[in-house]
Amino acid sequence: MSLVYPTKSLEAFPKHLSPGYRSTIKRSPSKPLILMPHTLSELTGPVYGHDAIQEHDNDLTKQHKGEPLGERIIVHGQVLDEDRRPVPDTLVEIWQANACGRYVHIVDQHPAPLDPNFTGAGRTITDKNGYYKFVTVKPGAYPWGNHHNAWRPNHIHFSVFGHSFLSRLVTQMYFPGDYLFPFDPIFNSVTDEKARNRMVAAFDLENTIPDWALAFRFDIVLRGREAIPLDNDEH
Amino acid sequence: MSDITPSQTVGPFFAYGLTPKGRAHWDPNGTYSWKETVGDNLVTPDVTGETIQLEGTIYDGDGVPIPDAMIEIWQADPQGRYASPQDKRALPNAKFKGFGRSAANKDGVYGFTTVKPGAVPGLKGAMQAPHVVFCIYSRGMLRQIYTRMYFPDEAANATDAILNLVPADRRKTLIAAKESRGGKTVYKFDIRVQGDNETVFFDI
Ligand SMILES: [Fe+3]
Repeated sequence: MSLVYPTKSLEAFPKHLSPGYRSTIKRSPSKPLILMPHTLSELTGPVYGHDAIQEHDNDLTKQHKGEPLGERIIVHGQVLDEDRRPVPDTLVEIWQANACGRYVHIVDQHPAPLDPNFTGAGRTITDKNGYYKFVTVKPGAYPWGNHHNAWRPNHIHFSVFGHSFLSRLVTQMYFPGDYLFPFDPIFNSVTDEKARNRMVAAFDLENTIPDWALAFRFDIVLRGREAIPLDNDEH
Repeated sequence: MSDITPSQTVGPFFAYGLTPKGRAHWDPNGTYSWKETVGDNLVTPDVTGETIQLEGTIYDGDGVPIPDAMIEIWQADPQGRYASPQDKRALPNAKFKGFGRSAANKDGVYGFTTVKPGAVPGLKGAMQAPHVVFCIYSRGMLRQIYTRMYFPDEAANATDAILNLVPADRRKTLIAAKESRGGKTVYKFDIRVQGDNETVFFDI
């Protein structure tokens, strides 16, 4: 038995070279990639269990003495594979700017304040239904040097593992209705509108907690299909 | 068309979340306060085999080192087993995970301490030469790029099915250089993202 990962699914991904995002110009391969059949090396992948997670790893508002400033939000959803089957027990990591749009990262020196009560990093493991949940604050927009007056829409960076090294995904979650969408070359590097919208979380009134936090639903769909038997499969 | 979630760049600021204790050294104190899940030392007490250092520099299309790249590696143990449920031979008690992450430092240098992997099963029952799967992320990369690192001192390279998919004149970009430093075996594997000596990347 082997998992089959159609490469056609990757058409949803941005192209390596997307000149609107200037840094891709010198950081994208220029020679054709070599098409490779998937072997055990690709069809396996790292596993991190629930022991990799500590208390408050998924609550970014409780990692310091006080509460961070900003709009408290719940970000939750399911990690699924291409056939919409839940991906259980998989590592989900996030990192983000604070409510003012400033990252803790030493290289981020844009003139917005750091928040002593906010680091902006979190991790969790999906449950048996592929479900994950974070509590955090809504990240602010921030300027960047790509072009004149360039600002990133509010976003949370996500890193997800899945069943194998092929299902590995690093992406960004955006917020619905962001007025910066039309101007952001990173968001628009995904040229298909439907695919682009899959990076936008849905406002979730049902899971919004009265007097406490707005909820956003963000389901993540990874590469990978059903296990099917292959004639030449030795695994 | 399938409905997978598109990839986006890891951006320049991943280090405090993904590699807080790594080689990034962006933090004046050398590390960020966040706990680390995946590090650049893969060696566990229970693993047997040869400890090696894997390192190299990652360069952009102008030959300039990329200081904000993250390299992930995935490899079998010295007996050729992957610590994954997909590898039915995996030892359930083995602590060796076979997975590592290294942030490039300001000079674009990444590095891992690990063990040399064994040969692993390949296509149609043939064995593959020992190799390490590399996955590369960086600001300016909207999606990860995959490559493989092979060892220079392996006769099995000549018959490796994947290596043989690569045009002969480009195969050398996938083979590390062996060095010795202070009694340690170091495999140097530079990655050139673009240009004349561009590393071979795989469409997988
Ligand atoms: Fe960002």
